[in-house]
Amino acid sequence: MDGREVTKVVLLACGSFNPITNMHLRMFELARDHLQDTGQYKVVKGIISPVGDGYKKKGLIEACHRVEMARLATEDSGWITVDPWESLQPEWVETAKVVRHHYDRLLAAEQNEDDVDTVKYAKKRRLEENHSEDSSHHRRDGPQLMLLCGADVLESFGIPDMWKQEDIAEIVGRYGLVCITRSGNDPHKFIHQSDMLWKHRKTIHVVHEWVTNEISATHVRRALRRGRSVRYLLPDDVVRYIQEHKLYSAESERKNADVILAPLQRYTGASSS
Amino acid sequence: MATRRVPLVLLACGSFNPITNQHMRLFELARDHMHSTGQYQVVGGIVSPVSDGYGKQGLVPAEHRIAMAKLALQSSNWVTVDEWESQQPDWTETAVTMRYHYGRILKEYEQSTRTNKDSSGSSSPLSSPPPQLKLLCGADFLNTFKVPGLWLDDHVEEVTGRFGLVCVSRGGLEPEQAVHESDTLSHHRQNIFLVKEWVRNETSATEVRRALRRGMSVKYLIPDSVLEYIHQHNLYTEDSERRNKGMLLRPLTKQTQQPVKTLDD
Repeated sequence: MDGREVTKVVLLACGSFNPITNMHLRMFELARDHLQDTGQYKVVKGIISPVGDGYKKKGLIEACHRVEMARLATEDSGWITVDPWESLQPEWVETAKVVRHHYDRLLAAEQNEDDVDTVKYAKKRRLEENHSEDSSHHRRDGPQLMLLCGADVLESFGIPDMWKQEDIAEIVGRYGLVCITRSGNDPHKFIHQSDMLWKHRKTIHVVHEWVTNEISATHVRRALRRGRSVRYLLPDDVVRYIQEHKLYSAESERKNADVILAPLQRYTGASSS
Repeated sequence: MATRRVPLVLLACGSFNPITNQHMRLFELARDHMHSTGQYQVVGGIVSPVSDGYGKQGLVPAEHRIAMAKLALQSSNWVTVDEWESQQPDWTETAVTMRYHYGRILKEYEQSTRTNKDSSGSSSPLSSPPPQLKLLCGADFLNTFKVPGLWLDDHVEEVTGRFGLVCVSRGGLEPEQAVHESDTLSHHRQNIFLVKEWVRNETSATEVRRALRRGMSVKYLIPDSVLEYIHQHNLYTEDSERRNKGMLLRPLTKQTQQPVKTLDD
């Protein structure tokens, strides 16, 4: 044993989860294996944070259903949980804000544990100082919160008006990104081509999914619209929930068809029709 | 008057080493597809794990493969596991397994038709046409027909002509190409149903075993009950993968010794 301290990590996945699929759940498992394999990290928790209805994505059904399905899907997981905070906010919340919110909660939880421990008190003071500095140093003390996503999210950093540049800098610099590759994306190239991402390449963990699994929520919704089976693509409880509540039809897919996505609205000042 | 749908049973032969969500997807996709042709009513699915005599590298004992398949299919109301093939003393040719299952299905059908006849005094106009049994497989399976010594020509004819195939692939034109390149398959192309799932999903039992050997997670690729079983029995290690290493597959040794079997067996 070399006595080197292992950094505790919490993985946060933001997204539509419309609906949650086995592929989403696999992402957590792959990310955990990857990080722990480096010997530097211990992944202690996973958080699924479904986006609020205010995101206005086409085909996005009510948050209450998406949260409940995610809850059913993770009921028997020992480490992956669902947090409805983001979905309960009245307006769409920028991802950086969601990350900050969960990181603050994580710190608060750690501090509550550490209160009686004087050795860790000094560490707590250091943590607070680090947090208030605008430092992009990769900290090894204390727990870390990393954003878990697919390569498509990484590449969305390049879509005009989708993200604020300072938010991207904060997420990759202060927190960290775990990016699971999907076929057809080359995250390394994308990182290479962006000065900002390249600067923070050490905190962007790219996980190769050697066994391609492209079961996407889009594909699942399409199958459901056509009356086809989606069994074994999602947990059984989620399939049952969808059937009971008759979610996902041609009608539900038309939701928000004429509406502009919230980030684009907000950052360009464009109004919905 | 609308034609009655043909009752159809789908039979999947394979190692199931272990069974995965992808295997069970095959049944779901095949059923949806065959229903959508308007000609069939899928009434059952059978998973028939191969016997240990097959000699494939990394094959764990049949008792485990059967137990895992049963756990996986506990929640299914139409697909079941059949142990007959795994219990035979030697590896059984697919055509022979199909004959066995078809015999049972036909017998059940004849018994129920007889019962209908007896009770109403004449055959009911609503009685269904005789059932069919088709082999359910993945696209890679079509390529096995080309491997020298793996299949008897008569059996390829029987499986594709007499029974029929439902072949599920993940997009791409490989199955169409395999059919095109084989005279027998082309001849019976009306009896070979090609089903596509238009997403790439390369999850395979081989990958699952690889991940398990390396201590990586396979959760959400196989049912939790199967995962638990694997951990309880410590299946799938480097040792288990070395089983049968260097051995020839049984079909390759069996079929060179014996004379060609006829359909009368």
